[in-house]
Amino acid sequence: MLTSILHRVTGVGLYLGGLIAAAWAISLAAGPESYATFKALLGSPLGKFVMFGMTLSVFYHLANGVRHLVWDFGHGLDIKSANASAWTVFGFTLAATVAVWAIAAQIGAL
Amino acid sequence: MSFRTPLSTARGLGSAKHGVGHWISERVAAVALVPLVIWGVYSVILLARMDYYEAVEWIGSPVNATLMILTIAVSFMHMQSGLRVVIEDYVYSHLNKAACLLANLFVCGLAGALAIMSILKVALGGA
Repeated sequence: MLTSILHRVTGVGLYLGGLIAAAWAISLAAGPESYATFKALLGSPLGKFVMFGMTLSVFYHLANGVRHLVWDFGHGLDIKSANASAWTVFGFTLAATVAVWAIAAQIGAL
Repeated sequence: MSFRTPLSTARGLGSAKHGVGHWISERVAAVALVPLVIWGVYSVILLARMDYYEAVEWIGSPVNATLMILTIAVSFMHMQSGLRVVIEDYVYSHLNKAACLLANLFVCGLAGALAIMSILKVALGGA
């Protein structure tokens, strides 16, 4: 139940992420000043907060999406497997998000 | 025995017979997005520490430009078909539903086309 509604919530959240990606491309094409404004927005505390949410959402939606694809082929549908894969999805989401932000901090991308 | 009249069928109650196509194309996009999104996250980390000129040079690489265009195009297709299902589930009034579905389609079409055109412009040396 929780994993299902979270898939929708993160999916709708990632809709905003897609629009941010489009804004990145449009500001890059618009020139150095627009691009600097875009980067300043994303680099602000609110921008980083949104991007942290996007990172959580993208890894959750990715992992749970793969889980759904496996289900579509008829595997892992019993309650025990579904519970185990749900915990795997949560674990992967946290680990991948922490890893991405640790790498970003390490290479000076923040 | 069925109590449904031919008129109710003509009015569109019941299956439109297009559900399977939508279901399959949603999953095809999802499979393509697994590698594309992983590459996308990697690219965002790289781009975050680049300035404007480095970013322009980065997108000038045909591999980066192609993968970015594919990621954007398939993502927007997936966004449109995903939000469509959410709208169909939660918006009950016919008029509101139609308006939301159209807005979803137009936003995805416009933002996706603008993004791809922008990437092409920069990648082909227009910026």
